[in-house]
Amino acid sequence: MQNYSWIPFFPEQASSFAWQVDALYFYLIAISVFFTVVVVAALFVFGIKYREKEKYATGAEIHGSIGLETLWSIIPFVISMTIFLGGAIVFYNQFRMPDEATEIYVVGKQWMWKIQHGTGQREINELHIPVGRKIKLTMTTEDVLHDFFIPAFRTKSDVVPGRYTSIWFEPTKPGKYHLFCAEYCGLNHSGMGGYVYVMEQRDFDNWLAGNVSGQTPVAAGQDLFENKLGCASCHQGGQDQRGAKLEGIYGTDVRLAGGQTVRVDDEYIRNSILNPSGQIVEGYQPIMPTFKGQVTEEQLVQLVAYIKSLSGNAAGGATTKTDANTSVTGGNNMSNSGSSANTMIPRRADRGDSNSQGSNPNAPAARSEPTNSNR
Amino acid sequence: MQNVDAIDSGYAEKPVNYLTNGYTVKSWLLTKDHKRIAIMYLIVVSIFFMMGGLYAATIRLELLTPQSDLLQSGTYNKVFTQHGILMIFFFLIPSIPAILGNFLIPIMIGAKDLAFPKVNLLSWYLYMIGGALTLWALMQGGVDTGWTFYTPYSTTFSNSYVMAVGLGIFINGFSSILTGLNFIVTIHTMRAPGMTWFRMPLFVWAHYATSLIMILGTPVIAITILLLAIERLAQIGIFDPAIGGDPILFQHLFWFYSHPAVYIMILPGMGVISELISNFSRKKIFGYEFIAFSSIAIAVFGFLVWGHHMFVSGQSTYAGLVFSFLTMVVAVPSAIKMFNWTATLYKGSILFDTPMLYALGFMGLFLIGGLTGLFLGSMGLVVHLTDTYFVVAHFHYVMVGGQVIAYLGGIHYWWSKMTGKMYSEFWGKISAMLVFVGFNLTFFPQFILGYQGMPRRYASYPEEFQVLNIFSTAGASVLGVGLVMPVVYLAHSLIWGKDAPANPWLLPGLEWRTASPPPTENFEETPIVTWEAYDFTEESGLDLEDARNKYKVTV
Repeated sequence: MQNYSWIPFFPEQASSFAWQVDALYFYLIAISVFFTVVVVAALFVFGIKYREKEKYATGAEIHGSIGLETLWSIIPFVISMTIFLGGAIVFYNQFRMPDEATEIYVVGKQWMWKIQHGTGQREINELHIPVGRKIKLTMTTEDVLHDFFIPAFRTKSDVVPGRYTSIWFEPTKPGKYHLFCAEYCGLNHSGMGGYVYVMEQRDFDNWLAGNVSGQTPVAAGQDLFENKLGCASCHQGGQDQRGAKLEGIYGTDVRLAGGQTVRVDDEYIRNSILNPSGQIVEGYQPIMPTFKGQVTEEQLVQLVAYIKSLSGNAAGGATTKTDANTSVTGGNNMSNSGSSANTMIPRRADRGDSNSQGSNPNAPAARSEPTNSNR
Repeated sequence: MQNVDAIDSGYAEKPVNYLTNGYTVKSWLLTKDHKRIAIMYLIVVSIFFMMGGLYAATIRLELLTPQSDLLQSGTYNKVFTQHGILMIFFFLIPSIPAILGNFLIPIMIGAKDLAFPKVNLLSWYLYMIGGALTLWALMQGGVDTGWTFYTPYSTTFSNSYVMAVGLGIFINGFSSILTGLNFIVTIHTMRAPGMTWFRMPLFVWAHYATSLIMILGTPVIAITILLLAIERLAQIGIFDPAIGGDPILFQHLFWFYSHPAVYIMILPGMGVISELISNFSRKKIFGYEFIAFSSIAIAVFGFLVWGHHMFVSGQSTYAGLVFSFLTMVVAVPSAIKMFNWTATLYKGSILFDTPMLYALGFMGLFLIGGLTGLFLGSMGLVVHLTDTYFVVAHFHYVMVGGQVIAYLGGIHYWWSKMTGKMYSEFWGKISAMLVFVGFNLTFFPQFILGYQGMPRRYASYPEEFQVLNIFSTAGASVLGVGLVMPVVYLAHSLIWGKDAPANPWLLPGLEWRTASPPPTENFEETPIVTWEAYDFTEESGLDLEDARNKYKVTV
């Protein structure tokens, strides 16, 4: 449980950029205290010194001073620019997505968070993540606006229907932290939350081992692609295929029929499934039917994950590139998956494992290790 | 031109004034007198303020405990929504302009009435119709979308009276537009001889800036509500992505009005504070032109910062950077005002009557409200702070600590002019101090709660937030007492109060150079202005030397 004193003043600092947000906060508090003290002191001094001493007396005839006006226009402007710049720098760190991160998919729904790990685990209102690894959340919602907010990580983002938004963080401290929905979403808004469990790597591996549930997003997406939705009938087949070639397409710029180019990202893939005739790649006919209403948000996420996996080391994939892994589980973010269902390692306590010092949170090798490696 | 003898005119046999000029209901409901319309606004706006206050009290009681036990979350959602809607659209926006502005602007510039008296009455009726429709919707079952009406919740998911309340706000918006139009034309065309632009009281300047926002901004909220209605009723996709719309578009449209609307609420308050600080220091305000133009600057830049409500909503990062920068820029004119007010006190002859206590309270609270606005304009910080109680605390410091305190100060200051009666100075001071203490106790803990991470609009919350919530609720009860007291002693003064002299503090403004209460035409004869605003010198025509001597004799 989170430690808190009688009156908690600050939330725990548990992400790599939390200290930057706090530093900015203290900088602003210092500025605020300074100006408050100056103005309030002036109010008191003037109030006492120049209180009315004679009824209907008039004050001194002072109309203003250009010098002072200039001074107290420029000083606040300069200070506010430092606040702007400081804020912009911290924001840049918060929202520039890292090149390599473990991707987790989040779908909001009145009033729960559905979370899907790249390794196939699914959770509701809980998020288990290892300490010291960069995590990227790709989020959307089935209904109204929500907002994924973890105070201890000092980050949040609205989750918007019809598009993907992302946040990333690198947890620095194992523990249990609040997860809130911060954008009002109706009846049970205040109940839409849960906890984020940051675990030592080894505990996390154990958690993964004990919690495999069904297919990975890539495998599920492949199933949809090849069998359930029949995408493969046009988008596979080599030279003669009718639909656009999807292999290697992710992260590239493609030319559209209208002449513009567009970057193939999660959003573009999503839009092309729901509204295929909107942005047709040059050289193809607008023959694809819309899949709107036929796929859920979670299935969309799986399709996007699968299509990304066709491009190998797609941006935002897992930190390890398991290039040899061309099995059904597909490409990039599957390193811990598949076979882990067979592992016999019993699930241990989630946290507080005294043996966990052996895991180096910064060592990528720890992650690439399949969990069935009989440690 | 009247001189200081006007002080005594209140005690002489009473000439007909605007209150005694007709006693029938019709003489009120069909009046074209800006002063009577202002009084009618005062009554209705006060009722809305009390209703909004009751909702606030309910919210604070519910938040006393972490569970949603007093109210179920569905009810809580309606209560905070309706608190916001009533307070913002039916109290904060009309309060100072429609009551004090309506009453005082013609008098302050030496005019007989506003430029369009019938339009002024029409705007009151539009306010009444909008208000009645909203109250009807509230009684039918209310609305639960939050005052922001974010889509697609408001268009597709909410099963509450969104359309009726939307229509109420839509109609009420026209009241605002007509009032703004009336003020602008009046200020341009109806100034008395000698009342140049730079002799106008800063209260009038502030209302000029406010009126610009009212007529330029309010149509946008009308359009937004119309689009929302089209989507909700006809299922035409505008905002809901499920039918081809864009929910972020709604936020852009909504805040394009609703951010400038914040300045509709605060600028008139700043105008009141300029009057109070200068007059109760008995000294010309420091940097008149800078304060006047900073109002205009706020009105202009206020239109360019709406995106700072949307830093984490999915708008582009570059748009966010621009909005953050402009937000910092708009802070500067507010800082200029604050420093000028402080400098005005220097070498004044400061009187600590009730209105001045409110003005000084405003300075402290608005300072905190403004500085915490910088926290929320700084992108790196706002990601953590937005949608938490930090935001709630910030805008209550600006809206209650700023606008409501200024409104109360103004009501006390001009009460004798509006009603012809003096209220109890003793109880006035007590309540001003209770409001100040209660307000801080209510809202300061919410800054801490916000940084701690407590999200807003939560009916239930984790237990570790309870202690600060108890402080906040305790403060709210003190604040409540402080706000009920003026209702009692001001009402008391109407019947048992001393008759007010025309110029109780011997001030130079035009409103103090006519009787209390003023005659229907405001002035016996059109005044000719030869003095600057806040002029306490010989040129003001006030024989202060004489008054001092008379005062010494009476003491």
